[in-house]
Amino acid sequence: MLKTILKRILQSIPTLLIVVTVTFVLTRMIPGNPARSVLGPQASPDAIAELEEEMGLNKSKAEQYVDYMFNVLKGDFGKSYVYNKPVTTLIAERIPNTLVITLTSLVIALIIGLAIGVFSALHQYSILDYVFMILALVGVSMPIFWLGMMLVMTFSVNLGWLPALGMGDLSNGLGDFISHMILPCFCLATIPTATFARITRSSMLEVINNDSIKSLRARGIKESVVIWKHALKNALPPIVTVLGLQLAQAFTGAILTESIFSWPGMGTMIVSAIDNRDYQLIQGTVLFIAVVFVVVNLLVDVVYMLINPRVSYESGKGGK
Amino acid sequence: MSDTLLTVKDLKTYFFLASGVSKAVDGVSFELKKGETMGIVGESGSGKSVSSSSIIRLLPPRTGKIVGGEINFDGKDVLKLNKKELLDFRGKDIAVIFQDPMTSLDPVFKIGNQMVEMICAHQDVDKKTAWNMAVEALNKVGIPQPEKRMEAYPYELSGGMCQRVIIAMAVCCKPKLVIADEPTTALDVTVQAQVLALLKELQDEYNTSILLITHNLGVVWEMCDTVMVLYAGNTVEYATTKELYSKPLHPYTWGLLDSMPKLSDENKGMLNTIPGTPPDLRLTGKCCNFYNRCPYVTEKCRAEVPPLVEVEPGHFVACHRQNLENKLVRGEVNEENEG
Repeated sequence: MLKTILKRILQSIPTLLIVVTVTFVLTRMIPGNPARSVLGPQASPDAIAELEEEMGLNKSKAEQYVDYMFNVLKGDFGKSYVYNKPVTTLIAERIPNTLVITLTSLVIALIIGLAIGVFSALHQYSILDYVFMILALVGVSMPIFWLGMMLVMTFSVNLGWLPALGMGDLSNGLGDFISHMILPCFCLATIPTATFARITRSSMLEVINNDSIKSLRARGIKESVVIWKHALKNALPPIVTVLGLQLAQAFTGAILTESIFSWPGMGTMIVSAIDNRDYQLIQGTVLFIAVVFVVVNLLVDVVYMLINPRVSYESGKGGK
Repeated sequence: MSDTLLTVKDLKTYFFLASGVSKAVDGVSFELKKGETMGIVGESGSGKSVSSSSIIRLLPPRTGKIVGGEINFDGKDVLKLNKKELLDFRGKDIAVIFQDPMTSLDPVFKIGNQMVEMICAHQDVDKKTAWNMAVEALNKVGIPQPEKRMEAYPYELSGGMCQRVIIAMAVCCKPKLVIADEPTTALDVTVQAQVLALLKELQDEYNTSILLITHNLGVVWEMCDTVMVLYAGNTVEYATTKELYSKPLHPYTWGLLDSMPKLSDENKGMLNTIPGTPPDLRLTGKCCNFYNRCPYVTEKCRAEVPPLVEVEPGHFVACHRQNLENKLVRGEVNEENEG
């Protein structure tokens, strides 16, 4: 197992190099001048030229690339000129805000989605199964920006029950903090809940008709144990895959949701970085996101080996 | 106390499908005595497995349903057992061994874990005792290094080994009846013989009854005291093994016995077959199900369902041409058909 993990880590190095390169090229292709966006439209050409030199933008693209790569390898992700802070500090500041809503909504989605999925699989073709699956279909197809706006309109503007924008402050009490979280979390949890429900249902349906499950019942094992211990563990691999992807997305922040609710997280930071042509910040956040995806995928593989012993067996054999 | 363990009377199990009602089991009756082995034979789709699933009431929910008949097990009315009683009935009273050992064990749990789970579900023992019981049972069924095997996953064992594990699991709870649903079909021939010998050995030790479902008539001859022939969901013939092989009465049984390959084969390597195919189970139940494949068919066969009659002590047959007064002789010319 250790050997497999080590192999996977080595394999991820080229992935990350490609990510760094592609982001570098793409940021340079965004029209606009970073120095001008920092200094504003009234800045004199001299001031702009001066800042360009300071930012290293007057060098050739190839030189800039080499410099950047070199810095990244040293662990230096550069500095955002708009915020005037190192990129790593900015990410560290924003990540907790993002994780508060993304992880909360992911946990909620996982619990509700699994419960609905298992229920639907056990009561296949019942009325509730149809209701849940139609809801799930609506859920996965729902455009998030539309849902967000509808939620704001209903619960903040018309009913006035919940705050529409921003993040609550813990110093104003837990109630204020949570009330600000409700709408963004609802918005964020919709798609994952529906996805979990659908994938759990189909995976459980496949497992539940297996001979091994029939044998367990024939052995007089309690139905609850058969379902929640045996069937669910057999049905887990596709669920873990989806969970991994959702978990990785949780770190990248929810660009749409955070923008709608003005949540001060990673998502809004990425949007403003692109608006401001903040090259270093764009590159830094994208690289960070890539690293998160690679790590989470590795974790998913490890979890696979834990739930299905055959996986490590086969990959171990292949590795020899 | 009577020595009858299991009585099944006129069992009817139907499947309610979108395309109609499939009468998978439509009138199966038999008796099984303590310590005896009964064979159930018949071609694919004749209702062998559905009969055995009905006995432990493990049918697909929603579609499969027992619609009639009686099942009596050791004084218990099986069809009246509630959920909790069923849990103990399955596993403790009756153990089932399925066809494919590789898929009968949960692939993601270790052998030991599954055995301990089974033992703890039916016996009031702690995990440690259960573990020791499991090791002992594995030892008994001839698995080398049982302690090590307890830590193995099912995929790490061969098919024969898995079947031994399943048999070990079955004997842990000392069931009164073992239903073996084609226990050797998925195994190599040499392993088949070992598994059957093992079953026999355990039967002698615990006085367990065995219900052996198979389509291998040789296995029936080796293992069984009585045998029931099923065709399209009906019991067509039921007798002691000796009687059935020496004096078979139903034309379908004749066909089955003729289809067995013989060492001194006059047909030069060609096997005898029964022409035709079994009927659509959604359309059965109005006449003799075998009429369209039977060389001895009469008008009555096309019009009425033949009852199961005891034509000789202990020998039951369901055929219009076989009754107490008038017996059909094998190979007789069918006058009605001639005309």
